[in-house]
Amino acid sequence: MEGSAAQDAHVRFDHVRMRFGRRIVYDDLSCGFPRGKISILLGGSGSGKSTLLRLLGGLIRPESGRIFVGNDEVTSAPESSLYGVRSKIGMLFQGGALLDSLTIFDNLALPLREHTAMTPGEIATAIHTQLSAVGLEKIDHLLPGQLSGGMLRRAALARAILREPEILLCDEPFSGLDPSSVKRIEMLLARINRERGITVLVVSHHIASTLRLADHALLLLPNRAVEGKPTDLRRSEDAEVADFFDEDLSIDDDSVAASEATQP
Amino acid sequence: MSAVEALRELGWRVLSVIGELGQMLMFTIAFLRASLSPPFRGRRFIEEIYNQGYLSLIIVCVSGLAVGMVLGLQGYNTLVRFGAESSLGTVVGLSLIRELGPVLTGLLVVGRAGSATAAEIASMVTSEQLDGLRMMSIDPIDIVVAPKALALIVVMPILTTLFVLFGLAGAYFIGVGLMGLDPGIFVSGLKSSIRFSDDIGGCFVKALIFGFLAGLIATFRGYTAAPTAAGVSAATTSTVVVTSVAILIGDYFVTALWGFRI
Repeated sequence: MEGSAAQDAHVRFDHVRMRFGRRIVYDDLSCGFPRGKISILLGGSGSGKSTLLRLLGGLIRPESGRIFVGNDEVTSAPESSLYGVRSKIGMLFQGGALLDSLTIFDNLALPLREHTAMTPGEIATAIHTQLSAVGLEKIDHLLPGQLSGGMLRRAALARAILREPEILLCDEPFSGLDPSSVKRIEMLLARINRERGITVLVVSHHIASTLRLADHALLLLPNRAVEGKPTDLRRSEDAEVADFFDEDLSIDDDSVAASEATQP
Repeated sequence: MSAVEALRELGWRVLSVIGELGQMLMFTIAFLRASLSPPFRGRRFIEEIYNQGYLSLIIVCVSGLAVGMVLGLQGYNTLVRFGAESSLGTVVGLSLIRELGPVLTGLLVVGRAGSATAAEIASMVTSEQLDGLRMMSIDPIDIVVAPKALALIVVMPILTTLFVLFGLAGAYFIGVGLMGLDPGIFVSGLKSSIRFSDDIGGCFVKALIFGFLAGLIATFRGYTAAPTAAGVSAATTSTVVVTSVAILIGDYFVTALWGFRI
């Protein structure tokens, strides 16, 4: 890990060891993500990209090591004291993670009803402000299952930023979306980062998009992690790093070309 | 497989079982704490009463009627051989209230509502909805698990009562309506043999315990399901199997402790 990254890090992993059953995900992971910047997490399937976001949110605990969000350590904190840390974090899950049984309005209203003393009118105003910020209107009464993939992802993004978090975690925000929806989400993330100064961490297989978007990148390789500016990683002479980008960018270009070819 | 590997595998499985038992204990404590402390989720609780109780009404009432009719028919044909057909009300009443009512209702409710509960929660695990709640600092046990488990505990005695009433109606229809037994004899046999504290009290205690088992096992299995389609399937199946066995074993102990004071 680079020294400058460690000093400015808004989020920091310190010698983290993590395993699921007998499978070791990280043996000794140390890395940091700079405050107010967009960072991308890259790596092959099973390299632990989504696990890193879940560790950060305290949804799972590491076997050893320490994880910091600002000055708060999330590693050993009990579930109840994690609520304070989580109020600083918004998370956009891969499938949106909106509650199936609630309308979009109720999904967004839920955290406000639970944690604030806002009146119904104030809640409605806050929700409509966030929905319009992500380009959605007149979907209050719809259930999540009635939205398209792109709309669902944007509604989930509206929920993630509703409580003005300091950190936004995005787990595969572009997966399964058509190129125009990918572009739209990409622009939204950039705007949210620019206008609100939120630290954004994005896990994605959509390498081309994330390289355009990011200020900082972390590449998880089988036995180590490499971090730096995306352009520096892209030009790295490290054989493993170069292999990753060569393979993934070619796949990425192919998939974009294929999906564009199917557009009318 | 070498002896060392076999031993390692055994140790791993033992640790897994101990881990799961500990997890279930913590889950039970969290459920009780969420149920007994505010905020109380009244609206969600009523919704679950509808989902698990109201939607189970038809299956429970029809099954109760069918079981009562079979008991009436079998009981009458057996008792008449000994000239004891006047005891039909007693036999049917005691069988339904003491055993068949709570046990069969428990099994039916687990098959319909318990499996649906486990599948719904497991699907929420798979689609990361529960993690989404945690990330919003909302405890899923408080908002999802507790209303569902509490509803199962509350609806079980109500459904058991309906099962017994429909069963008695079915037996009455067969015994009095078809076999020509005197209605007064049927009803007086029923009234004279059933004691409130022993029989009806025991029936309610069983129903409450079975409701608690069903609620806890169904929600726990769903909550701890693997986040895959196979995980949802496994959670649903194991809910039905484990709860059914727990109800049958629990029935023996409640019967022994409550009815016969061993």
